Amino acid sequence: MADAAAQAPTRGPLVARDRLWHPPAYAPGYKTSVTRAPSRALIAAPSTLSEETGPVFGRDMLGEMDNNLILNFTGQPAIGERIIMHGRVQDDQGRPVPGVLLEIWQANAGGRYRHKKDGYAAPLDPNFGGGGRTVTDDGGRYEFLTIRPGAYPWPNGPNDWRPMHIHVSVFGSGFGQRLITQMYFEGDPLIARCPIVNTIKDRSAIEQLVAPLDMAAAIPMDCLAYRFDITLRGRRQTFFENRPEGL
Amino acid sequence: MTKLPYLPETPSQTAGPYVHIGLTPNALGNAGIYPQDLGAAPIRDGAKGERITIRGTVTDGAGMILRDALIETWQADAQGIYPAPNDPRGRADPNVTGWARIIADFDSGVWTLETIKPGTVPHPSGDTMAPHLSAWVVARGINIGLQTRIYFEDEVAANEKCPILARIEHKDRVSTLLAKKTGKGEYWFEVKLQGEDETIFFDL
Ligand SMILES: [Fe+3]
Repeated sequence: MADAAAQAPTRGPLVARDRLWHPPAYAPGYKTSVTRAPSRALIAAPSTLSEETGPVFGRDMLGEMDNNLILNFTGQPAIGERIIMHGRVQDDQGRPVPGVLLEIWQANAGGRYRHKKDGYAAPLDPNFGGGGRTVTDDGGRYEFLTIRPGAYPWPNGPNDWRPMHIHVSVFGSGFGQRLITQMYFEGDPLIARCPIVNTIKDRSAIEQLVAPLDMAAAIPMDCLAYRFDITLRGRRQTFFENRPEGL
Repeated sequence: MTKLPYLPETPSQTAGPYVHIGLTPNALGNAGIYPQDLGAAPIRDGAKGERITIRGTVTDGAGMILRDALIETWQADAQGIYPAPNDPRGRADPNVTGWARIIADFDSGVWTLETIKPGTVPHPSGDTMAPHLSAWVVARGINIGLQTRIYFEDEVAANEKCPILARIEHKDRVSTLLAKKTGKGEYWFEVKLQGEDETIFFDL
């Protein structure tokens, strides 16, 4: 693996996505995908400038509380089990990716979203908005302070429940790296039963979304921590990039 | 078989029905976290080029218009330069930010993008890609963001020479990528997720 001190390249062709690692568009266990999955094959071609470039977000656009979901809605603390969600954004060779905008959203401690479409019986927490954002630092690191989201039922099968999860939106340095995913929590028995989790066919791909409890990052008498590292779609090494270290 | 030591990309999961909480909280009515939603406009006053408005819908295989779709677009300036530090050709129009985040209207499902028409962009082959916006569509039921492009039906000559459009074998499908001109500077673009006139989606 390349020296972690080297940062991921920000230009150059993108490596093709492994479509067998990602969930397929059509996954009948997740019923909504049945009418929303394209039935024709994707048109594949090497990336162009349109996918290799992308918007850039600086840390200067962030508000002080943007990554603190416990306080960022009203300034009064949200109810729930306090947790740190943290990790590193890296490329396919393990090199850190700085300047990555991460946006997250989640249900409150009772499993209810602050959204007009969510009518679940669990109450809204007046002090929990459910959204946060940050930009990775020079080492590709990020951190959120939040509460553990509750599991919630959803209309799919007769008795389907979403495991505890946090939705995560990720920008790379190219628009072709754009990704949305979900983080799950180690040990949650609902993960294995979830039709959305199981749209992913490969068990080790699912494990990539399960954040382990991280007692080294937990703060005694304050909060637990979970670690969620994110790997972006890679860029191909170009001849010119290789030469300084390779020759 | 030897496995190369590349790390696999983090797998995608659906954005789900509550994507607005994270990505467009103000448009949802959850004001209070951020002063304004990101990507509200891809241009600022003074942007050079032809002002255009693109409207459209996202429709599923049952013909239902999605009310929960979110689309992001990325485009070049009027000269075809991307406003990004990794465009090797230099600096783009400072009034073009290039990136927009738009949502289907919660009642009608219609989305609206006000921008400028981008210029042509060079393709790695040396050919020239016709003016286009890259679009990325997510919603409940979409397991991995769908990548498409918005081209313009009135760019006939440029479209004919575009190496990406040329790659499409079923020529009758090319029209699914063309925004239809509905008035001066006005276009209509429908994303059809599935079915007879399904939009072309890319793996680029
Ligand atoms: Fe959710």
